[in-house]
Amino acid sequence: MILLDVLAKMFTKESVSSKDIARERLRLVLVHDRSSVSPNFLNALKEDLIKVIREYMDIDEESLSVHLENEENSVALVANIPVKGFKRVANDVEVQA
Amino acid sequence: MKGRALVITSGKGGVGKTTTTANLGTALAMMGKKIVLVDSDIGLRNLDVVMGLENRIVFDIVDVVNGNCKLKQALIKDKRFEGLFLLPAAQTKDKTAVTPHQMKNLVNELRKDFDFVLVDCPAGIEQGFKNAISGADHAIVVATPEVSSVRDADRIIGLLEAAGLNGPQLLVNRLRGKMVKKGDMMNIEDIVDILSIDLLGVVPEDESIVVSTNRGEPVVIETTSRAGAAYRRIARRITGEEVPILSLDESNNFVDRFKKILKLAR
Ligand SMILES: Nc1ncnc2c1ncn2[C@@H]1O[C@H](COP(=O)(O)OP(=O)(O)OP(=O)(O)O)[C@@H](O)[C@H]1O
Ligand SMILES: [Mg+2]
Repeated sequence: MILLDVLAKMFTKESVSSKDIARERLRLVLVHDRSSVSPNFLNALKEDLIKVIREYMDIDEESLSVHLENEENSVALVANIPVKGFKRVANDVEVQA
Repeated sequence: MKGRALVITSGKGGVGKTTTTANLGTALAMMGKKIVLVDSDIGLRNLDVVMGLENRIVFDIVDVVNGNCKLKQALIKDKRFEGLFLLPAAQTKDKTAVTPHQMKNLVNELRKDFDFVLVDCPAGIEQGFKNAISGADHAIVVATPEVSSVRDADRIIGLLEAAGLNGPQLLVNRLRGKMVKKGDMMNIEDIVDILSIDLLGVVPEDESIVVSTNRGEPVVIETTSRAGAAYRRIARRITGEEVPILSLDESNNFVDRFKKILKLAR
């Protein structure tokens, strides 16, 4: 969205230095470059996610999916985690908060 | 004592790897260190001409790994500086003429006799790159303040870390202070922030590099050259000395400073 700011500035004739444009383009291209991660990386991430979420709820580990989605201006980590049920502990935390 | 092996790499071509290898090597030799420069750019050898040693080559790196000569026979001694040597690349062979395993053995052999082994890496990320990094224990990544160069540096940093060469350091080359001040060139903070890597130093754009390369004399010899001063500071940093990094570039530009003082006085 910072890119949009830069573009907005360009069109409203507010001056944007070319180095800011360079930096923003670089930031975006690196997000995309770096997002081409190995399956090992995603598997390790998935296992750690399961470990953490299991503390709070019952999840369907078999049908859990984790992947990266590329969009024009960003990359998103998309996780689909079917929930089977909540643990009492999690509810307690809610009440206290 | 075992010497350190540093590889000078970049991904993108033409950003100053060979210039950096020649100048850091010469600066370290001027500090009394024993240095060997290894040109691993097989087929496109250049470190010899930048150092002005091109007429003295008899054997090259491929001769050494093929056993055509002894390692010592292929080393060219620089007559200007005590303790400075060059192992030239082969010009007629290609990048596959040496394997990473052979390179590693070669560098380990050189470590025994030298304080620093500096390996000049070819551009790209293929076999030549893999060879160049295989014997090194530390990497210097050279980048210019441009989008394409910094992007390639990022890729190289990832590959270095995947190969177990952790903690590579960045050398920003060809920085133009005036353009940075006008906001027309990325500054050091921008680049370091994006790459999240340690900064080793900054070398300004400097015409004296062209002049000294014409003569085959590394620019660090020139006491008045800004790039030369920058390389000398970086060399001191490599030996562990704490030399503060100057904000715009590494040169202590006395003229600019003097102008500032004059302005303040008025
Ligand atoms: N700080 C500088 N100021 C001015 N010119 C420079 C500077 N650094 C390098 N150059 C010039 O840029 C050109 C490329 O430099 P060099 O050969 O060192 O790059 P390289 O990364 O080794 O290239 P290659 O990828 O082809 O091996 C040379 O002509 C050199 O003189
Ligand atoms: Mg080169």
